Amino acid sequence: MFDILFEGNNFIRLMVGLWVTVKISLIAIVISLVGGMVLGILMSLKNRFIYAILKFGLEVVRIMPQIVWLMLVYFGLSKWANIHISGVGAAIIIFSIWGVFEMMDLVRGAVSSIPKHQFESAASLGLKSYQIYIYVIIPLAMRRLVPASINLLSRMIKTTSIVVLIGVVEVVKVGQQIIDNAVFTDNYAAFIVYGFIFFLYFAICYPVSKLSKILENRWSA
Amino acid sequence: MDFEFIKEFTPMFITAGILTVKLAFFGIVLSIIIGLASMSSRVLNLKFINKIFDIYIEISRNTPLLIQLFFLYYGLPKVGIKLDSFSCGVIGLAFLGGSYMAESFRLGYEAVKKAQIEAGLSLGLSKFQLIFHVILPQAFFIALPSISANIIFLTKETSIVSVIALADLVYATKDIMGLYYMTDEALFMLVVSYLIIILPISLGLTLLEKRLSYV
Repeated sequence: MFDILFEGNNFIRLMVGLWVTVKISLIAIVISLVGGMVLGILMSLKNRFIYAILKFGLEVVRIMPQIVWLMLVYFGLSKWANIHISGVGAAIIIFSIWGVFEMMDLVRGAVSSIPKHQFESAASLGLKSYQIYIYVIIPLAMRRLVPASINLLSRMIKTTSIVVLIGVVEVVKVGQQIIDNAVFTDNYAAFIVYGFIFFLYFAICYPVSKLSKILENRWSA
Repeated sequence: MDFEFIKEFTPMFITAGILTVKLAFFGIVLSIIIGLASMSSRVLNLKFINKIFDIYIEISRNTPLLIQLFFLYYGLPKVGIKLDSFSCGVIGLAFLGGSYMAESFRLGYEAVKKAQIEAGLSLGLSKFQLIFHVILPQAFFIALPSISANIIFLTKETSIVSVIALADLVYATKDIMGLYYMTDEALFMLVVSYLIIILPISLGLTLLEKRLSYV
C-alpha cells in the first residue's frame, strides 16, 4: 500500500520538493528577522511620520491574500519592468516583504510591552539612545520575540505551500507527478501521496509551533 | 489598460467574487460553530471530547489549507468519500478555521472572571444557561478582535481554492491571462475585486469593535 512512496526515487523527490518550500521559508525568515527588527525599532521611536508610513505598509501587505501579491510580482513585474523572475525568486521577494512587516509588528508589540522605567533607568545611567536599545530594550524584548518569531516561521512554512500556484515545482507538484505516473497501476496513489504530504507538513510545523509554545510558557514573566 | 476589455469581463469577475464570498461565508459560519462547540465542551468539562478537540486543533493549525484541500478533493475519493469541489472548499475552510476560532473563544472564556461563573452557578443556572447567558456574551466581546482577525484571515485563505477546480477570482485571472494575454487588465481586476471584498469586511469589523468596546 505504501509502496508508491518508496518506488524508484519517489521518496527522495518528495523530500527535494519539500526542501524547495522550506528553503524559501528559511531565506524569507532570515530577511524578516533583520528587516523586522530595524523597522520595529523605528516604529517604536514615537516619530508620528515614520509610524504612519510603516503602519500603512503593514495594512497594505495584510489587505491582500499572498497569492495575489505573488501573481503581481510573478506575472506583473516581469511584464512591466521587463525582468524575468523565477517563481522561487518571486516567492522569496513576497514572503520576505510579508515577513518583514509581520516581524516589525511583533517587535513593536514586544518593545511597547517593556515598562517605561527600563528606558528611564537606562537613560539615567547615561546610555545613549542606541545603546539603550542594544543593551537594555532588545535583550528584554527577546523573551517575547523568540517564541513569536518561531511561530512566524511555522506560519511562513505553511503559507509558502501556495507557490505551487505560480508553477514552482515543490512537494505538491512532485506528488502530482508521482500520482500521474501510477494512474494505471495504483488506485490509492492520490490518497497515500497527499496523505503523506499532509503528514510531512505536520511533522515540520508541529515541533516548531510546540517549541514556540514551550518557550512562551517558560518566559511569560 | 483596455477598459473595454475590463467592462466585457466584469461579469466573470462578479461571478467569481460571489463564489469567493459564499465560500468564505459558509466556511466562517461553520468555523464559529466548531469554535463554540469546543468552548462548550471546555465549560462542561467533557474530558474525552476536550482531548479530541485538542488533537484536532494541533492537526488543523499545523498543516496548510492547500494540502488539506488536496487531500479532501483528490485523496478521499480513492477511499470512497466523494465530495464536490464547493463542499470540499467549505469543509477545508471550516477544518482550518475551526481551530483558529476555538483558540479565540478559549481566550475569551479564560478571560471571563471566575466570579461571574460562580455567581451564575449560585443563582442556580444550568450549565447551558451559564454558557448562553453568562459566559458566551462576555467571552464573545472579549474575543471579538481575535475573531475579526480570523474572519479576515479565512477570507484571504479562500484565494487558493482554484487548485480544487473552483472558479474563484484567482482562477478567473489566470484564465484571462492564459487565453487573451491581458496580464495588466486581469491583475488589475483581481486586485480591485479583492479590495471590494476585503475592505468592507475589515472596516465593518473595526466599526463593530468600536461600537461594542463598552463591554
